[in-house]
Amino acid sequence: MTLLAIENLSKRFSSGGRKVAAVSDISLTLEPGETLGLVGASGSGKSTLARILMRLLPADAGAIRFEDKDWLALSGANLRNRRAKMQMVFQDVLGAFNPRATVASVLDDPLRIHNIVPKAERAREIAALLDRVGLPANYAQRSIREVSGGQRQRIAIARAIATKPSLIVLDEAVSALDVSIRGRILELLVELQEERGISYLFVSHDLAVLRAVSHRIAVMDAGRLTETGPMRQVIENPQSLAAKALIGAVPRLVTEPTEGPSHDV
Amino acid sequence: MSALCEIRNLSVTYRGQTVPALNQIDLDIVAGERLAIIGESGSGKSTLARALAGLLPSGARLAGEMRWSSGLPPLPGRDLGFVFQDPSSSLNPVLTIGEQVAEGARRHLRLSWKAAYGGALEMLARVRIPEPDKAMKAFPHQLSGGQRQRVAIAAALAASPGMLIADEATSALDMVVQAEIVSLLDELVREAGMTLIFITHDIALASGFADRVAIFKDGRLVESGLTGLVLSSPKEAYTKTLIASHRDLATPPLIREAAL
Repeated sequence: MTLLAIENLSKRFSSGGRKVAAVSDISLTLEPGETLGLVGASGSGKSTLARILMRLLPADAGAIRFEDKDWLALSGANLRNRRAKMQMVFQDVLGAFNPRATVASVLDDPLRIHNIVPKAERAREIAALLDRVGLPANYAQRSIREVSGGQRQRIAIARAIATKPSLIVLDEAVSALDVSIRGRILELLVELQEERGISYLFVSHDLAVLRAVSHRIAVMDAGRLTETGPMRQVIENPQSLAAKALIGAVPRLVTEPTEGPSHDV
Repeated sequence: MSALCEIRNLSVTYRGQTVPALNQIDLDIVAGERLAIIGESGSGKSTLARALAGLLPSGARLAGEMRWSSGLPPLPGRDLGFVFQDPSSSLNPVLTIGEQVAEGARRHLRLSWKAAYGGALEMLARVRIPEPDKAMKAFPHQLSGGQRQRVAIAAALAASPGMLIADEATSALDMVVQAEIVSLLDELVREAGMTLIFITHDIALASGFADRVAIFKDGRLVESGLTGLVLSSPKEAYTKTLIASHRDLATPPLIREAAL
């Protein structure tokens, strides 16, 4: 059964008296346990789409079915309850946390709000979550500001999986990390997916990151979906100009002594 | 091949810190070269850029030497241009694009406003801002991030400095715009015979156009040399790790894919 179906979704913003179509008639589906990479340049509408999906922005038109329910029709307590099943990890994790929070309180909130485990078992659950994302249990007492960027991203992932979601929206979730840490976070995400069958909608401008973890890819340009298909197929045989430009822009590591347009020293 | 600057035993410690941000660096900057300074967060790469530009915050302690071939440190704006990561904080929000690009030339080349504006218009065309005459009258917020970075480059080059430092100048931009800005920088410095110091966390990006690379980690220079040599036969374990961590579209994915 399809986990998520986005149908003919549109959103326009007013800018300087003009109407700008940020998301224009987008339709996408996501299966359980699948990763869909959503790629596009700045201003292509990919973050707007993610925000509509997270119910942070209203849509102008279109429908979203999530776990076979009308996701855009949910409100109030119903929406809050169902949010447990759709979590999000942002790029700027420090901005996504209360700066005075401890690691334990960051993980305690979703467990309490969504009543995942009884109060007496929460400390043990927090330790288990930390262990699952590769952090020692004694990190629970640290301030969220004291831990490194990579560790903070692990905590954001622990918070996202705390409510046992079926879908996590990853919005540029590894873009701010050093490359040596980035790979390990991507490995952790893939492990969690294989273990728990979570689906990911991975939004990024970095095609190389999406290549590592996505089964399928959707390319956006100026609010429209220009191309969608299996990751390998799109990379090997892109059809749209937007996809070709994104593929061409991925830096290649040149390890041979350069020839060609080098200058005289 | 002559050294524009010989950096010897350079250490920088910020006020209130005990651990130096830059620790006993020896490095030559060759006139006319494109040198990439590569490192992850906390490596000291931006500290080196700021030390070279004389832009360290007050209270920073500097030890060792930077011997400039001219005998004097370069004057920022005139001898040295600087492009920062975030153009929205390096551009003045209440001045027009034209004023900001013209200002450097007016001040350092002692041009009249009229002549400086003429130069600014030309610079905006060279960095390929569409409709440069309209852009002259625009304010930074009216441009996209990529266009703002082109303006910042135009402003940095307005007084025709001999050296340009780009500190993560493309990191906040999306990949397509990043590729355009890198090729623009490469072309501009090549045409003008300028020295380019390109600070980046992205070893692959640097590998495409730098003549030499210097790899930094935790405030120390790990290794440096000709780009092709360092990348094809790295001596240090850290350089090997950086190369191994690089992912591009040819890297095998982490997931199992269904056969096509």
